[in-house]
Amino acid sequence: MSSSANLMVDNLGRRTLKDKFYKVLVVVLSIVTISPIVLIIYELIVKGYRQISFDFILKTPPDTFEAMTALSSGELIPGGIANGLTGTLLMVVLASVIAIPVGVITGIYLYENPGKFLANLTRNVSDVLQGVPSIVLGLIAYMWIVKPITNGFSALAGSVSLSIMMLPMIVRSTEETLKMIPQTIKEAALALGVPYYKVILRVLIPTSFSGLLTGILLGISRVLGETAPLMLTALGSTMINLDITKPTSAVPLLIWEFYNDPNMVDLIWSSSLLLMAMVLALNLISKRIAARTK
Amino acid sequence: MNDNSVTIKDPVLSIRNLCVSYDKGKYAVDNVSADIKRNAVTAIMGPSGCGKSTMLRAINRMHELYENIETKGNLILNGKDITDMPTIQLRRKVGMVFQRPNPFPTMSIYDNVIAGYKLNGIRLKKSERDDIVERSLSDVTLWEEVKDTLHKKGSFLSGGQQQRLCIARALAFDPEVILLDEPTSALDPVATSKIEDLLVKLKENYSILMVTHNMSQAARISDYSMFMYLGELVEYGKTKDMFTRPKDRRTEEYLTGKFG
Repeated sequence: MSSSANLMVDNLGRRTLKDKFYKVLVVVLSIVTISPIVLIIYELIVKGYRQISFDFILKTPPDTFEAMTALSSGELIPGGIANGLTGTLLMVVLASVIAIPVGVITGIYLYENPGKFLANLTRNVSDVLQGVPSIVLGLIAYMWIVKPITNGFSALAGSVSLSIMMLPMIVRSTEETLKMIPQTIKEAALALGVPYYKVILRVLIPTSFSGLLTGILLGISRVLGETAPLMLTALGSTMINLDITKPTSAVPLLIWEFYNDPNMVDLIWSSSLLLMAMVLALNLISKRIAARTK
Repeated sequence: MNDNSVTIKDPVLSIRNLCVSYDKGKYAVDNVSADIKRNAVTAIMGPSGCGKSTMLRAINRMHELYENIETKGNLILNGKDITDMPTIQLRRKVGMVFQRPNPFPTMSIYDNVIAGYKLNGIRLKKSERDDIVERSLSDVTLWEEVKDTLHKKGSFLSGGQQQRLCIARALAFDPEVILLDEPTSALDPVATSKIEDLLVKLKENYSILMVTHNMSQAARISDYSMFMYLGELVEYGKTKDMFTRPKDRRTEEYLTGKFG
């Protein structure tokens, strides 16, 4: 009897040790997971905050000579990224205008016809689309828009490539959100004699509105920082441009340009900080909306 | 075999040879015929899977939404065959209340009551709307509880209040028949007894057909009872008679708790 009691005590000791080991492991791995984002934000703030000002938001970038003069006299680089901000805004809004209706309607179709061949095909294709490298989407928009339609690099082409990127996210989030609505809500409306299309428009969409919005915001925050497709489509511009048929700048494009210019390299931190803040804000807003409706 | 053991004069609804199948050749409701009495509560009882909800849902043609479900037979509502009616007209005449309270989560209490009008695009004057809302909510004894919060979301109410709101929503159309699919199975005893009292009161003006799992509930509030088993209408009669002198052995076994 004493031997078996000893065995249990032995076992207990080992199990407690194991338990402690795993607890420490989980904490360490959690820290490893969150540390990159903390370090990134820290780095951006430390290196970028000095450049952030009203000018930075309202003015276009200096030319390389101005930047060099400012640098050599030890001043801050003048100017800002207004052309990038307006360009990003223009292209993201246009991309949303294209992707949201198509994505939401497709999502509703998938929800309504779960077993149909066309629906399954659409769902799988949309999943594949999500995995297509963004540079390839840029190439496609180049072939479809830049060459035949706008005869040159344009904001429209950039928007199309971004909208293709957003599409699968919106499709899937629409379908998943609609699936979460209890069937009984739908039946309640149908039992009142409401026609099917009105049940979708006036009951299902309002009920799942916050879910749809979350998906859309995440889609937007996903494309906000896209650079590769824009290089082949929007190209960039030194001025503020609101004409969708003309080359247009964007914040991530500017960051790439600053990186390539030794005199302006200091601007990449503040630009990245601003971009990061926008993405983070959108993410937090969508998390908020999602949490509020659960 | 499915002969009614009662004859009902001037029935509000006549069910004739109703068959519903989910799979071809397998009937969830098998050749059911019955007349439903006007201004009375008729309860449909039976063990799970006996087809009672399926039959109820056939009456306002909810099955049409699902391609694989096949419905045969005739349903005659006040002398008119419902299969020829446009669904909007039918569903105004036949209100339905579901097992779980399902007010529209995005709508206020007020809008929930007149949802049938709103969603169908039927325009009403404000005074008419106010009248309908007050009458329907008073009918379900909810008016006093919610009259100051009419424009709050319906989902803030308690479960029992929500279910009464759903009944009010069905009453707003002033239907000829109200179908209730186990309306109290998701509610606590207090809320349940409120709904039961309400149904007894409502039968003065409406004809009520109710599916229930709960035998004592059927005994308490129904005037007529049906007992269904494996899709078949085994016995139909006055509730008092059925509970005291069941004719069929299966009814007796069910009522005495031998199965179900």
